[in-house]
Amino acid sequence: MTELANHPANRDQAKVMNRYDITKRMVGLLHNDEAVIGGIGYTNFDLWAASESPGGRRQQNFYMLGSMGLAVPIALGVAIAQPRRKVFALEGDGSVLMQLGSLSTVAARGAKNLCIVIMDNGAYQITGGQPTVTGQGTDIVGIARASGIAQSAWAADEDAFAELIGRALKEDGPWLIGCRIDNQKPVDTTERDPARIRDNFMRGLGVRA
Amino acid sequence: MAETWYEIVRDVLKRHNVSLVTYVPDNVLRPLIAAIEADPFFTAFACTREEEALGINAGAHMGGLRSILLMQTSGFATLPNVIASLSVPFSIPTLMMVSERGTLGEFNIGQQLVARTMRPVLDALNIETHTMTRLDEAEFIVDRALVQAFATMAPCCFILSPLLTGGKVFSK
Repeated sequence: MTELANHPANRDQAKVMNRYDITKRMVGLLHNDEAVIGGIGYTNFDLWAASESPGGRRQQNFYMLGSMGLAVPIALGVAIAQPRRKVFALEGDGSVLMQLGSLSTVAARGAKNLCIVIMDNGAYQITGGQPTVTGQGTDIVGIARASGIAQSAWAADEDAFAELIGRALKEDGPWLIGCRIDNQKPVDTTERDPARIRDNFMRGLGVRA
Repeated sequence: MAETWYEIVRDVLKRHNVSLVTYVPDNVLRPLIAAIEADPFFTAFACTREEEALGINAGAHMGGLRSILLMQTSGFATLPNVIASLSVPFSIPTLMMVSERGTLGEFNIGQQLVARTMRPVLDALNIETHTMTRLDEAEFIVDRALVQAFATMAPCCFILSPLLTGGKVFSK
Protein backbone atom coordinates (compact mmCIF):
# COMPACT_ATOMS: atom_id res chain seq x y z
CA MET A 1 0.00 0.00 0.00
CA THR A 2 1.78 3.11 -1.19
CA GLU A 3 -0.73 5.25 0.75
CA LEU A 4 0.68 3.80 3.94
CA ALA A 5 4.20 4.81 2.92
CA ASN A 6 4.27 7.69 5.41
CA HIS A 7 4.02 5.21 8.25
CA PRO A 8 7.11 3.65 9.85
CA ALA A 9 8.67 0.85 7.84
CA ASN A 10 9.28 -1.27 10.92
CA ARG A 11 8.73 -1.64 14.66
CA ASP A 12 11.93 0.14 15.64
CA GLN A 13 10.80 3.36 13.98
CA ALA A 14 7.43 3.58 15.75
CA LYS A 15 7.02 5.81 18.81
CA VAL A 16 6.45 4.07 22.15
CA MET A 17 2.97 5.12 23.29
CA ASN A 18 0.80 4.41 26.33
CA ARG A 19 -1.82 1.66 26.11
CA TYR A 20 -4.53 3.40 28.15
CA ASP A 21 -4.00 6.66 26.31
CA ILE A 22 -4.36 5.20 22.82
CA THR A 23 -7.22 2.90 23.86
CA LYS A 24 -9.05 5.96 25.18
CA ARG A 25 -8.35 7.79 21.90
CA MET A 26 -9.70 4.81 19.93
CA VAL A 27 -12.87 4.48 22.02
CA GLY A 28 -13.41 8.22 21.56
CA LEU A 29 -13.55 7.71 17.79
CA LEU A 30 -16.26 5.01 17.94
CA HIS A 31 -19.68 6.54 17.32
CA ASN A 32 -21.60 3.73 15.61
CA ASP A 33 -21.73 0.96 18.22
CA GLU A 34 -18.64 -0.70 16.78
CA ALA A 35 -17.81 -4.02 18.44
CA VAL A 36 -14.50 -4.26 20.32
CA ILE A 37 -12.96 -7.55 21.46
CA GLY A 38 -10.34 -7.20 24.20
CA GLY A 39 -7.71 -9.94 24.39
CA ILE A 40 -6.60 -11.17 27.80
CA GLY A 41 -4.36 -9.28 30.15
CA TYR A 42 -3.67 -5.58 30.37
CA THR A 43 -5.07 -5.05 26.85
CA ASN A 44 -8.55 -5.74 28.11
CA PHE A 45 -8.03 -4.06 31.51
CA ASP A 46 -7.31 -0.78 29.76
CA LEU A 47 -10.23 -1.31 27.35
CA TRP A 48 -12.45 -1.65 30.42
CA ALA A 49 -10.94 1.50 31.95
CA ALA A 50 -11.14 3.49 28.71
CA SER A 51 -14.79 2.53 28.16
CA GLU A 52 -16.17 4.19 31.29
CA SER A 53 -17.95 7.49 30.85
CA PRO A 54 -20.50 9.56 32.77
CA GLY A 55 -23.19 7.96 30.61
CA GLY A 56 -22.17 4.45 31.70
CA ARG A 57 -19.74 1.88 30.40
CA ARG A 58 -19.58 1.14 26.68
CA GLN A 59 -21.69 -1.96 26.02
CA GLN A 60 -20.30 -3.22 22.70
CA ASN A 61 -17.10 -4.57 24.27
CA PHE A 62 -16.26 -8.23 24.87
CA TYR A 63 -13.61 -9.04 27.46
CA MET A 64 -11.89 -12.43 27.24
CA LEU A 65 -11.12 -14.17 30.53
CA GLY A 66 -8.78 -16.83 29.16
CA SER A 67 -8.54 -18.47 25.72
CA MET A 68 -5.29 -16.59 25.08
CA GLY A 69 -4.86 -15.72 21.42
CA LEU A 70 -8.52 -15.78 20.42
CA ALA A 71 -9.32 -12.05 20.25
CA VAL A 72 -8.77 -12.00 16.48
CA PRO A 73 -10.85 -15.15 15.79
CA ILE A 74 -13.70 -13.95 18.04
CA ALA A 75 -13.66 -10.58 16.28
CA LEU A 76 -13.70 -12.31 12.89
CA GLY A 77 -16.74 -14.33 13.99
CA VAL A 78 -18.59 -11.17 15.02
CA ALA A 79 -17.57 -9.54 11.73
CA ILE A 80 -18.97 -12.48 9.73
CA ALA A 81 -22.22 -12.51 11.71
CA GLN A 82 -22.72 -8.74 11.42
CA PRO A 83 -21.14 -7.57 8.17
CA ARG A 84 -22.53 -4.03 8.49
CA ARG A 85 -20.87 -3.39 11.84
CA LYS A 86 -17.20 -2.46 12.20
CA VAL A 87 -15.38 -4.82 14.53
CA PHE A 88 -12.07 -4.21 16.35
CA ALA A 89 -9.80 -6.78 17.96
CA LEU A 90 -7.37 -5.45 20.58
CA GLU A 91 -4.62 -7.98 21.14
CA GLY A 92 -1.20 -8.11 22.79
CA ASP A 93 1.99 -9.17 21.06
CA GLY A 94 2.34 -12.34 23.15
CA SER A 95 -1.27 -13.27 22.42
CA VAL A 96 -1.21 -12.74 18.67
CA LEU A 97 2.01 -14.77 18.45
CA MET A 98 0.00 -17.75 19.71
CA GLN A 99 -2.46 -17.60 16.83
CA LEU A 100 -0.58 -16.20 13.81
CA GLY A 101 -2.61 -18.44 11.51
CA SER A 102 -5.68 -16.36 12.32
CA LEU A 103 -4.11 -13.42 10.42
CA SER A 104 -4.07 -15.63 7.31
CA THR A 105 -7.69 -16.63 7.87
CA VAL A 106 -8.71 -12.96 8.24
CA ALA A 107 -6.94 -12.18 4.97
CA ALA A 108 -8.42 -15.19 3.16
CA ARG A 109 -11.94 -14.27 4.29
CA GLY A 110 -11.38 -10.67 3.17
CA ALA A 111 -13.08 -9.40 6.32
CA LYS A 112 -13.91 -5.86 5.17
CA ASN A 113 -15.33 -4.72 8.50
CA LEU A 114 -12.47 -5.94 10.70
CA CYS A 115 -9.59 -3.99 12.23
CA ILE A 116 -6.92 -5.59 14.40
CA VAL A 117 -4.98 -3.40 16.84
CA ILE A 118 -1.81 -4.93 18.28
CA MET A 119 -0.51 -3.55 21.59
CA ASP A 120 3.16 -4.47 21.37
CA ASN A 121 5.41 -3.87 24.37
CA GLY A 122 7.68 -6.80 23.62
CA ALA A 123 6.77 -8.49 26.89
CA TYR A 124 4.40 -10.85 28.65
CA GLN A 125 3.77 -7.97 31.01
CA ILE A 126 1.06 -9.45 33.24
CA THR A 127 3.17 -12.49 34.09
CA GLY A 128 6.24 -10.52 35.10
CA GLY A 129 7.54 -8.86 31.97
CA GLN A 130 9.31 -11.79 30.37
CA PRO A 131 10.38 -10.80 26.83
CA THR A 132 8.40 -11.85 23.76
CA VAL A 133 10.12 -12.30 20.41
CA THR A 134 8.81 -8.97 19.07
CA GLY A 135 11.68 -7.27 20.88
CA GLN A 136 14.09 -9.70 19.26
CA GLY A 137 13.47 -9.16 15.57
CA THR A 138 9.89 -10.29 14.91
CA ASP A 139 7.71 -7.63 13.28
CA ILE A 140 3.96 -8.26 13.64
CA VAL A 141 3.03 -5.75 10.94
CA GLY A 142 5.43 -7.49 8.56
CA ILE A 143 3.88 -10.85 9.44
CA ALA A 144 0.39 -9.44 8.86
CA ARG A 145 1.37 -8.10 5.42
CA ALA A 146 2.95 -11.40 4.49
CA SER A 147 -0.21 -13.16 5.72
CA GLY A 148 -2.20 -11.19 3.16
CA ILE A 149 -3.48 -8.24 5.22
CA ALA A 150 -2.19 -5.57 2.83
CA GLN A 151 -3.50 -2.69 4.92
CA SER A 152 -1.16 -3.24 7.84
CA ALA A 153 0.86 -0.39 9.33
CA TRP A 154 2.77 0.71 12.39
CA ALA A 155 1.31 3.79 14.07
CA ALA A 156 4.14 6.36 14.01
CA ASP A 157 2.63 8.25 16.96
CA GLU A 158 -0.71 9.09 18.56
CA ASP A 159 -1.87 11.26 15.66
CA ALA A 160 -1.01 8.55 13.15
CA PHE A 161 -2.86 6.02 15.29
CA ALA A 162 -6.00 8.17 15.26
CA GLU A 163 -5.64 8.62 11.49
CA LEU A 164 -5.38 4.86 10.95
CA ILE A 165 -8.41 4.15 13.17
CA GLY A 166 -10.31 6.79 11.22
CA ARG A 167 -9.43 5.11 7.95
CA ALA A 168 -10.43 1.70 9.30
CA LEU A 169 -13.81 3.17 10.23
CA LYS A 170 -14.37 4.60 6.75
CA GLU A 171 -12.63 2.24 4.35
CA ASP A 172 -12.86 -1.48 3.73
CA GLY A 173 -10.44 -3.72 5.59
CA PRO A 174 -9.15 -5.93 6.87
CA TRP A 175 -6.78 -3.61 8.72
CA LEU A 176 -3.98 -4.25 11.18
CA ILE A 177 -2.50 -1.40 13.21
CA GLY A 178 0.71 -2.07 15.12
CA CYS A 179 1.20 0.03 18.25
CA ARG A 180 4.39 0.09 20.29
CA ILE A 181 3.45 0.66 23.90
CA ASP A 182 5.27 1.21 27.18
CA ASN A 183 5.15 -1.01 30.25
CA GLN A 184 2.85 1.11 32.40
CA LYS A 185 0.35 -0.74 34.57
CA PRO A 186 -3.28 -0.62 33.41
CA VAL A 187 -5.61 1.97 34.89
CA ASP A 188 -8.26 -0.49 36.16
CA THR A 189 -9.13 -4.20 36.28
CA THR A 190 -11.91 -5.78 34.21
CA GLU A 191 -14.86 -7.15 36.17
CA ARG A 192 -14.66 -10.96 35.91
CA ASP A 193 -18.28 -12.00 35.42
CA PRO A 194 -18.58 -13.93 32.14
CA ALA A 195 -22.38 -14.17 32.14
CA ARG A 196 -22.68 -10.42 32.48
CA ILE A 197 -19.93 -9.69 29.96
CA ARG A 198 -21.59 -11.87 27.32
CA ASP A 199 -25.10 -10.64 27.99
CA ASN A 200 -24.01 -6.99 27.84
CA PHE A 201 -22.12 -7.59 24.62
CA MET A 202 -25.03 -9.37 22.91
CA ARG A 203 -27.44 -6.62 23.96
CA GLY A 204 -24.93 -4.06 22.72
CA LEU A 205 -24.91 -5.82 19.33
CA GLY A 206 -28.70 -5.95 19.20
CA VAL A 207 -28.78 -9.75 19.32
CA ARG A 208 -30.74 -9.65 22.58
CA ALA A 209 -33.46 -7.16 23.34
CA MET B 1 -34.88 -37.86 0.99
CA ALA B 2 -31.40 -37.90 2.52
CA GLU B 3 -29.86 -41.35 2.42
CA THR B 4 -26.32 -40.90 3.76
CA TRP B 5 -25.10 -39.73 7.18
CA TYR B 6 -23.61 -36.58 5.71
CA GLU B 7 -26.77 -35.59 3.83
CA ILE B 8 -28.75 -36.12 7.03
CA VAL B 9 -26.34 -33.94 9.03
CA ARG B 10 -26.36 -31.23 6.36
CA ASP B 11 -30.16 -31.17 6.26
CA VAL B 12 -30.59 -31.02 10.05
CA LEU B 13 -28.03 -28.21 10.35
CA LYS B 14 -29.92 -26.29 7.70
CA ARG B 15 -33.28 -26.85 9.37
CA HIS B 16 -31.85 -25.39 12.59
CA ASN B 17 -30.34 -22.44 10.73
CA VAL B 18 -26.75 -23.44 11.53
CA SER B 19 -25.21 -21.69 8.55
CA LEU B 20 -21.57 -21.11 9.50
CA VAL B 21 -19.36 -24.19 9.24
CA THR B 22 -15.70 -23.92 10.23
CA TYR B 23 -13.43 -26.90 9.94
CA VAL B 24 -9.97 -28.38 9.96
CA PRO B 25 -10.33 -31.00 7.25
CA ASP B 26 -10.30 -34.74 7.59
CA ASN B 27 -10.77 -37.56 5.14
CA VAL B 28 -13.83 -39.00 6.89
CA LEU B 29 -15.47 -35.55 6.95
CA ARG B 30 -14.77 -34.99 3.26
CA PRO B 31 -18.27 -35.91 1.96
CA LEU B 32 -19.93 -33.74 4.64
CA ILE B 33 -17.67 -30.78 3.84
CA ALA B 34 -18.36 -31.29 0.12
CA ALA B 35 -22.12 -31.46 0.67
CA ILE B 36 -22.07 -28.30 2.78
CA GLU B 37 -19.84 -26.37 0.39
CA ALA B 38 -22.13 -27.32 -2.50
CA ASP B 39 -25.08 -25.66 -0.75
CA PRO B 40 -25.17 -21.84 -0.92
CA PHE B 41 -27.08 -21.74 2.37
CA PHE B 42 -23.82 -22.34 4.20
CA THR B 43 -20.72 -20.23 4.76
CA ALA B 44 -17.97 -22.82 5.14
CA PHE B 45 -14.20 -22.49 5.33
CA ALA B 46 -11.10 -24.16 6.70
CA CYS B 47 -9.26 -22.65 9.66
CA THR B 48 -5.60 -22.97 10.56
CA ARG B 49 -6.33 -24.50 13.98
CA GLU B 50 -9.34 -25.89 15.81
CA GLU B 51 -8.92 -23.28 18.59
CA GLU B 52 -9.15 -20.53 16.00
CA ALA B 53 -12.32 -22.06 14.55
CA LEU B 54 -13.89 -22.30 18.01
CA GLY B 55 -13.14 -18.61 18.60
CA ILE B 56 -14.69 -17.63 15.26
CA ASN B 57 -17.80 -19.63 16.09
CA ALA B 58 -18.03 -18.06 19.56
CA GLY B 59 -17.88 -14.58 18.05
CA ALA B 60 -20.45 -15.53 15.41
CA HIS B 61 -22.79 -16.79 18.13
CA MET B 62 -22.57 -13.52 20.04
CA GLY B 63 -23.25 -11.73 16.77
CA GLY B 64 -26.39 -13.81 16.25
CA LEU B 65 -25.19 -16.48 13.81
CA ARG B 66 -25.34 -20.24 14.45
CA SER B 67 -22.32 -22.36 13.66
CA ILE B 68 -20.61 -25.74 14.00
CA LEU B 69 -16.96 -26.85 14.08
CA LEU B 70 -15.89 -30.00 12.20
CA MET B 71 -12.60 -31.71 13.07
CA GLN B 72 -10.95 -35.05 13.74
CA THR B 73 -10.05 -36.62 17.08
CA SER B 74 -6.50 -35.24 17.22
CA GLY B 75 -7.87 -31.74 16.62
CA PHE B 76 -10.29 -32.03 19.49
CA ALA B 77 -7.31 -32.70 21.75
CA THR B 78 -6.12 -29.11 21.19
CA LEU B 79 -9.35 -27.60 22.56
CA PRO B 80 -9.76 -28.20 26.33
CA ASN B 81 -8.39 -24.79 27.38
CA VAL B 82 -10.66 -22.77 25.12
CA ILE B 83 -13.74 -24.85 25.90
CA ALA B 84 -13.03 -24.35 29.61
CA SER B 85 -12.23 -20.64 29.41
CA LEU B 86 -14.52 -19.43 26.60
CA SER B 87 -17.40 -21.78 25.68
CA VAL B 88 -18.41 -22.96 29.15
CA PRO B 89 -18.05 -19.84 31.36
CA PHE B 90 -19.63 -17.57 28.74
CA SER B 91 -22.50 -20.04 28.07
CA ILE B 92 -21.75 -20.33 24.37
CA PRO B 93 -23.41 -23.29 22.61
CA THR B 94 -20.25 -24.46 20.85
CA LEU B 95 -21.25 -27.26 18.47
CA MET B 96 -18.52 -29.75 17.63
CA MET B 97 -18.55 -32.71 15.27
CA VAL B 98 -15.56 -35.02 15.53
CA SER B 99 -14.72 -37.82 13.13
CA GLU B 100 -13.47 -40.57 15.38
CA ARG B 101 -10.00 -41.90 14.77
CA GLY B 102 -8.00 -44.21 17.00
CA THR B 103 -10.42 -47.12 17.13
CA LEU B 104 -11.89 -49.96 15.03
CA GLY B 105 -8.95 -50.48 12.71
CA GLU B 106 -6.64 -47.55 13.50
CA PHE B 107 -3.22 -47.87 11.91
CA ASN B 108 -1.51 -44.78 13.40
CA ILE B 109 -0.34 -45.19 17.00
CA GLY B 110 -0.48 -41.44 17.63
CA GLN B 111 -4.16 -41.39 16.69
CA GLN B 112 -4.82 -44.39 18.89
CA LEU B 113 -3.30 -42.68 21.93
CA VAL B 114 -4.79 -39.23 21.51
CA ALA B 115 -8.25 -40.72 20.97
CA ARG B 116 -8.13 -42.09 24.54
CA THR B 117 -8.14 -38.50 25.85
CA MET B 118 -11.32 -37.36 24.07
CA ARG B 119 -14.16 -38.79 26.17
CA PRO B 120 -12.45 -38.17 29.54
CA VAL B 121 -11.96 -34.51 28.55
CA LEU B 122 -15.57 -34.17 27.40
CA ASP B 123 -16.74 -35.76 30.66
CA ALA B 124 -14.45 -33.58 32.79
CA LEU B 125 -15.88 -30.46 31.13
CA ASN B 126 -19.44 -31.80 31.53
CA ILE B 127 -20.10 -31.55 27.79
CA GLU B 128 -23.19 -33.21 26.34
CA THR B 129 -21.73 -35.87 24.03
CA HIS B 130 -23.34 -38.20 21.51
CA THR B 131 -21.51 -40.99 19.73
CA MET B 132 -23.27 -41.57 16.42
CA THR B 133 -23.10 -45.17 15.23
CA ARG B 134 -26.33 -45.79 13.28
CA LEU B 135 -27.85 -44.20 10.21
CA ASP B 136 -31.42 -44.62 11.50
CA GLU B 137 -30.58 -42.65 14.68
CA ALA B 138 -28.56 -39.87 13.06
CA GLU B 139 -31.36 -37.40 12.38
CA PHE B 140 -32.96 -37.81 15.81
CA ILE B 141 -29.66 -37.35 17.65
CA VAL B 142 -28.51 -34.26 15.78
CA ASP B 143 -31.96 -32.67 15.75
CA ARG B 144 -32.63 -33.09 19.46
CA ALA B 145 -29.08 -32.25 20.53
CA LEU B 146 -29.18 -28.96 18.60
CA VAL B 147 -32.47 -28.02 20.25
CA GLN B 148 -30.92 -28.71 23.65
CA ALA B 149 -27.63 -26.91 22.97
CA PHE B 150 -29.37 -23.68 21.96
CA ALA B 151 -32.02 -23.92 24.71
CA THR B 152 -29.49 -24.55 27.48
CA MET B 153 -26.69 -22.42 25.95
CA ALA B 154 -24.29 -25.31 26.41
CA PRO B 155 -21.66 -26.88 24.14
CA CYS B 156 -22.37 -30.21 22.49
CA CYS B 157 -20.10 -32.74 20.83
CA PHE B 158 -21.05 -35.32 18.19
CA ILE B 159 -18.59 -38.16 17.74
CA LEU B 160 -18.88 -39.79 14.33
CA SER B 161 -18.05 -43.47 14.89
CA PRO B 162 -16.51 -45.59 12.13
CA LEU B 163 -19.66 -47.70 12.58
CA LEU B 164 -21.54 -44.81 10.95
CA THR B 165 -18.98 -43.40 8.53
CA GLY B 166 -16.84 -46.42 7.67
CA GLY B 167 -13.88 -44.58 9.20
CA LYS B 168 -10.47 -44.38 7.65
CA VAL B 169 -9.08 -47.73 6.58
CA PHE B 170 -5.51 -48.91 6.39
CA SER B 171 -3.97 -48.68 2.96
CA LYS B 172 -0.37 -48.89 1.81
